[in-house]
Amino acid sequence: MAETILFVLMAIGALVGAVAIVAARNPVYSAMGLLGTLFSVAVLYVLQLAHLVAAVQVIVYAGAVLTLFLFVIMLIGVDKSEDWDEKLPYQRAFVGGLGGVIVLFAGALTVFGNFDWVPAATNTIPEATNGTIQAIAELLFTDWVLAFEATALLLTIAAAGAIGLAHHRREQA
Amino acid sequence: MIEVIWLIIALPLLGAVFLHFFGRYIKEPWSGWLASGAIASSFVVALVAAIPFFQGGEHGSTVLLWEWMPAIGANLEMLWDPLAAFMAMVVTGVGALIHVFAIGYMRGDERFSRFFTYLNLFAASMLTLVLAGNYAMLFLGWELVGLCSYLLIGFWFVRPSAASAAKKAFIVNRIGDFGFLIALMLIFAAFGTLSYAGVFERAGAELTTGMATAIALLLFAGAVGKSAQIPLYVWLPDAMEGPAPVSALIHAATMVTAGIYLIARSAAIFELSPAAQTIVATVGALTALWAATIAISQRDIKKVLAYSTISQLGYMVLAVGTTAYFAGLFHLMTHAFFKALLFLGAGSVIHAMNGEQDMAKMGGLFKKMRVTGITMGIATLAIAGIPPLGGFWSKDEILASVFERGGWFSVLWVIGLVTALITGFYMTRLFMLIFLGKPRWDGGVDPHESPRVMTVPLIVLAVLSTIGGLTNTPIRLTLESFLEPSFELISVGQPPENVLILVVVSLLSVLAGAAGILAAWLTYRRPPQDWQRLEEGLQPIWGIWEDAYGVDDIYGRVLVAPGKRAADATAFGFDVPIIDGAVNGVARLVRDFGAWVRPLQTGYVRNYGALFLGGAVVVVIWLVVAGV
Amino acid sequence: MIVAAGWYMALAAALFLIGALGLLLRRNALVMFMCIELMLNAVNLTLVSAGRALNDLNGQVAVFFVLVVAAAEVVVGLAIIVAVFRRRATASVDELSELRG
Repeated sequence: MAETILFVLMAIGALVGAVAIVAARNPVYSAMGLLGTLFSVAVLYVLQLAHLVAAVQVIVYAGAVLTLFLFVIMLIGVDKSEDWDEKLPYQRAFVGGLGGVIVLFAGALTVFGNFDWVPAATNTIPEATNGTIQAIAELLFTDWVLAFEATALLLTIAAAGAIGLAHHRREQA
Repeated sequence: MIEVIWLIIALPLLGAVFLHFFGRYIKEPWSGWLASGAIASSFVVALVAAIPFFQGGEHGSTVLLWEWMPAIGANLEMLWDPLAAFMAMVVTGVGALIHVFAIGYMRGDERFSRFFTYLNLFAASMLTLVLAGNYAMLFLGWELVGLCSYLLIGFWFVRPSAASAAKKAFIVNRIGDFGFLIALMLIFAAFGTLSYAGVFERAGAELTTGMATAIALLLFAGAVGKSAQIPLYVWLPDAMEGPAPVSALIHAATMVTAGIYLIARSAAIFELSPAAQTIVATVGALTALWAATIAISQRDIKKVLAYSTISQLGYMVLAVGTTAYFAGLFHLMTHAFFKALLFLGAGSVIHAMNGEQDMAKMGGLFKKMRVTGITMGIATLAIAGIPPLGGFWSKDEILASVFERGGWFSVLWVIGLVTALITGFYMTRLFMLIFLGKPRWDGGVDPHESPRVMTVPLIVLAVLSTIGGLTNTPIRLTLESFLEPSFELISVGQPPENVLILVVVSLLSVLAGAAGILAAWLTYRRPPQDWQRLEEGLQPIWGIWEDAYGVDDIYGRVLVAPGKRAADATAFGFDVPIIDGAVNGVARLVRDFGAWVRPLQTGYVRNYGALFLGGAVVVVIWLVVAGV
Repeated sequence: MIVAAGWYMALAAALFLIGALGLLLRRNALVMFMCIELMLNAVNLTLVSAGRALNDLNGQVAVFFVLVVAAAEVVVGLAIIVAVFRRRATASVDELSELRG
């Protein structure tokens, strides 16, 4: 019961946040929308017993990435709003049509598709496999250690790249 | 000994290659001496290798250099027999003298070394032609000498007249070569091989008369082009655009004689076709007469000599047409001597007169250029057929053999006799206009005798013209016995056996020549106004002669102009719109298609993103539907 | 009532769709980036739900990696935006359209 209510609430929150991202004029409002979505998704993770992922989501995504976004918004000074008319012809029509197609297709699939989503019963919450630090770490450092190291390297390179890109060169006198 | 005969071709060829690459680094006269040395060594090798033939009776053999296309009998092989040795010695001997002369004549020309490159290349090509062991190699040499002729006629290509003369020579020759090629195909069809050994031994047994006539006439077509007979002689007068040594070497002594050699070599085939023989002889006689009449009225020294060459070649063709091969080849040799001498002498005169070639502006040069004058005088007497000089013996043997043949050939004999008269006339006219009388040249010209490097070859050739005839007098048939082994199985036309008839016939030809000389002497020893009035009085015939019967004009209108129009139509009416149009059209199609597709690249990321999404949706839908 | 995994995935799909449409409709580079983050979040949600439904912890491990890569991508992307902004004083991607045909 509680789970259902929580789910519905967080779903609404996530959707509202998403719409805010897309529809807000001011990019700062979009950032706030993103924040809302991130938190909602974090709660949804907790509902699914993915505790570590939820924590990391809040810390990294909401804490670091979003902050970075806000910093850049401040730096660039784009708290001006952008206007609403679409300069590219047909873009809106095309995208709208595309969205319609996707929705219709998804609806058709749900109604007419013979889907049995999960091979086994999902209505019980498993106990053994839960997203604790220990469980995830065991996987991460044994099966996926190579990917782990690679992504570590990736992060380093990304940081170095970002510094190189944003380095402000003094103009030659 | 025979193993070294490849040197005969190799030496001038090496000379040409060497001079081609390094000629520019060699100072002026040395490249000329190098080239002369190459060809002179070639002569020595030929001479030494021919010793067995001098001793008589030796048949000659084939030397195989490389198997090129054995299936059709076309290998790189050389046939060394008396006929080949004879031609080789004439080519290299006279050629060497002309090379030396050219060292003096071409002095100061900025492409001095290049000239000798071409001369040596020509010598190598001509030697390939005469030493070939099969028709394919002969044709190879044939085409190569055509090429060298083009290069040498157009040596001073900056002059448009020289460039077009070179083109004309090549193209007209090509027409004859077309017949030659068909003849080769027929030979291959009949015998399955192109090698001399294969063809000549079996010719008698295997060829029908009709086939032999066809082959013979088509081979003759090639000879008509190369040896300047009617109707393909028109390139030779124009070829005088080339320097005098070129005219001497190629258009008097050697290249033009290739046609005669071809017929002599193919004697086994000609023997089987009396019809072809008659046609060949008739063409030769007519050409001789035709060209002689034109030569009477020309004012340019070299043009007179050019038409004279055509006329004398006509004699040779007449001889080989009568199957008097020995006579024809004999005349080939003596003609090489005195015609080369005449051309080189003319070159000497032109050189002294600072490039002037119009005889009306000469005169009285004998005092200034003794050596040239004397030698050219000797040549004039030789060509007119005055005994005991070379021309008498050879021309006389021809006329006697023609007379002996009888029938239609008697008519040809008369033509030959008349031509001899005219020959005496125009040659004497030439000599007198240049060397005798009062000087008529413009101021600023200072004629002087040419340097020794030019006069020595003249002297040598004069000596040869004098004694060269003695190689084949009726008393001592040296040349004939030399060449005999090459013509063993052929019945060769001969002069009359009866000594009385022989003497009478010979006397007639001498008288004809002398009459011509006398007529010219009487006319041209008068002051210029007199003979100019005479020449004008003889209009319109004199004008027709001077205009060479308008043949060039006729060819131009009937053949060349339509040809040019056809070429224009093909080039601009077909090639440009259709072929270029097709290619351009394809390009345009591609470009237009690209232009049609280009608007897809709007430059806006969002457009691209939309397309991405659209594509992804399509793929997903397809996968799901296909999977379900 | 237990919430089935399918609900979470449906929510994720909706988030993804909103993110995609937003990406194509907004001009501001930063907002577009945020839409991308939204999409990535939707994917993460899907992964976690699927992992739970299939009783496999690898779903959550995958999320980790997605998270890391997304972070790196944000870093570099924002650096690019800053660099471009320095040049042209605009954050609208429509201005950057020189590679047109």
